[in-house]
Amino acid sequence: MWKSARSGAALLCVALLASACGGGEQAGTDTQPEERVKLSYGVWDATQQAVMQELAEEFTKTYPSITVDVQLTPWVDYWTKMKAAVSGGAAPDVFWMNGPNFQLYASNGVIKPIEEQVDTSVYPKALVDLYTYEGKLYGLPKDMDTVGVWYNKTLFDQAKVKYPADDWTWADFKETAAKLTDAKKGVYAVGAQLTSFQEYQYNTIYQAGGHVISPDGKQSGYADPKTIAGLKFWTDLIAAKQSPDLKTMTDTTPLQLFEAGKLAMYWGGSWNVAEFGKNDYTKDKVDVAPLPRGEQQATIIHGVANVVSAKTKHPAQASAFVKFLGSKQAADLLGKKGPIPAYNGTQQDWVKAHPEWKLQTFLDAVAYAVPYPVSKNTAAWQEAELTHLTKAWTGEVPVEKAAADLAAAMNDLLAKE
Amino acid sequence: MTGRKHAASRRPWTEALWGYAFIAPTGLGLAIFYLWPVLQTAYFSFTEWGAFGGHTWTGLENYTRLIADPEVGRAVLNTLTYTVLGLLGIPLAIVFAALLNRPKLGGVTLYRTAFFLPVVTMPVAVAMLWRWLYNGDYGLINQVLALAGIDGPNWIADPATALYALIVVGVWSSVGYNLIIFLAGMQAIPKELYEAASMDGAGRVRQFFRITLPMLSPTAFFISIVSVIGSLQLFDLVFVMTGSGQAARANPAYSRLQTVVQLFYERAFVTNDRGYAAAIVMALLVLIAVLTVLQFRLQRRWVHYV
Repeated sequence: MWKSARSGAALLCVALLASACGGGEQAGTDTQPEERVKLSYGVWDATQQAVMQELAEEFTKTYPSITVDVQLTPWVDYWTKMKAAVSGGAAPDVFWMNGPNFQLYASNGVIKPIEEQVDTSVYPKALVDLYTYEGKLYGLPKDMDTVGVWYNKTLFDQAKVKYPADDWTWADFKETAAKLTDAKKGVYAVGAQLTSFQEYQYNTIYQAGGHVISPDGKQSGYADPKTIAGLKFWTDLIAAKQSPDLKTMTDTTPLQLFEAGKLAMYWGGSWNVAEFGKNDYTKDKVDVAPLPRGEQQATIIHGVANVVSAKTKHPAQASAFVKFLGSKQAADLLGKKGPIPAYNGTQQDWVKAHPEWKLQTFLDAVAYAVPYPVSKNTAAWQEAELTHLTKAWTGEVPVEKAAADLAAAMNDLLAKE
Repeated sequence: MTGRKHAASRRPWTEALWGYAFIAPTGLGLAIFYLWPVLQTAYFSFTEWGAFGGHTWTGLENYTRLIADPEVGRAVLNTLTYTVLGLLGIPLAIVFAALLNRPKLGGVTLYRTAFFLPVVTMPVAVAMLWRWLYNGDYGLINQVLALAGIDGPNWIADPATALYALIVVGVWSSVGYNLIIFLAGMQAIPKELYEAASMDGAGRVRQFFRITLPMLSPTAFFISIVSVIGSLQLFDLVFVMTGSGQAARANPAYSRLQTVVQLFYERAFVTNDRGYAAAIVMALLVLIAVLTVLQFRLQRRWVHYV
């Protein structure tokens, strides 16, 4: 039965004699140069979805045969979903990458290095280094961020405390913090947040002259007394009740407390501009100052890059899109509506978008910024950071011991990389 | 006679065939979506996974690691505590059902709705609601306690209270479901028994303990099996109440709240340790099987079938 059906089909083909069977094939090869391609583009920030869509449309104007489908996955699920998609061979052609995840993706060969020569001098060096693995560049920086101290001017005025100066020090910070704390009103100076290393611990660790990981990525820096001094900066604030304790910050995040007028200062990033601009309470009450100087001045710099999936079916088109996203044209558009663009010289538009705030602070910080500390499997030791430091934050164990335990655990994990 | 006999011996055969044909879609569905994943998971529990797929056979390594892992031990302990204390919801449901099971009680529908509402509400919504109630700063519970001059704890962030706070929510959200089933069970008890008992001079309380409870024991058995399995698989409530990933880990009560399934989720999807996650979930399968068999064994002592 099966056999006869097949021979029947063959006969039919012979009967039609290439008029249909052959003709179809020929038509196929003719259309190939005009191939229309739809690229998928994975992003995680809903506030940037509109500007990303706009960039995609700009790109299509230059390359009419390529359209881009912007796919938003909220941040909390982004990396979980991305790992599943990459494992299942369904990753977007182009997607957003961050520092902590980059080396894992690059070392496993699931993203494509940028083969052609690109002028990287137009981006901050720290970001180019962040996305370079074994001498190869994998992603073009899209935006950048640094950290500053957002402060509530109303609470400063009420406590009759001077606004932070541009050259303030740890000593100034501590003095200010003591004056701002008002237990009766439930007002704290600052929230010593544990979960956001980029805004809190990492900054003070480098300000104290310590380090999180050795430059070769093989040794933990948590055993260094200077690193511990950077951690104590925060636990001391909790002990002095100038920051809420960890339990309170678990129930209500420092961001919520700041936006409710319960925190006088909030160590936050340039990305908070969108958040504080749309919040009715903060929009005309806050401003920003540089981070205080410890033994040295430091802030963590980080930025998102666009990368190409190694398994994309359209590598040429995907690279063209990444190059476009890294261009001055794209940066100009981004700066007006989104975060600080990474392309040097285009950042002023971002500063001008909010004249009510001293946003120049975030750009000036680039001069003394430290790259976000990473290794091949950053996520593994970031889990250890939380596990061990939680105990120091609650006061269950002294900071020195928590840091020593963490250093040991982290070294074990680094040895396995 | 012979003709009928012939027909009878042939009919069951075609009938059986039809029967199988009708259950085939479900059977196929079960095989593909339940049986196959179980077998696959069992296989994966002997493997180690790369960050982006691809696995190698490692034999019993995951299981030896599992036995030594304090996190697993803690998660099992938390889950068992939750399960055992969660069973307190059963007597509670019986008491409520008995109170509602009065012929002359007005507004029964209203009460039933009130009790059943938490059951039909999404677990995520339930968890969000309780998170606000439990908030140490502005939560309703602590506001009320403050009126009485009591300084309430951060219920979900305090290691001393977190697990119990969670159990309260679990019991609260399951009591309605159990109650409805008990109520149905009570209404199925023949009225004659009570009539006979009252003629013999038994009071209400005596009737409850001598008639209602024994007659309800099969229902109670069913409920205890279902709630034990449900409690052992607890995930959504904790996941929403503590947040996930970093926020959850920074909760001082994290180690008191983590359940086996949550640990499985973290290992499988957050840290991408799939083989180990498979081993954790196989251990859970064994735990559920053991506890269920144990319950079936014990039922002979307390369940009365009519």
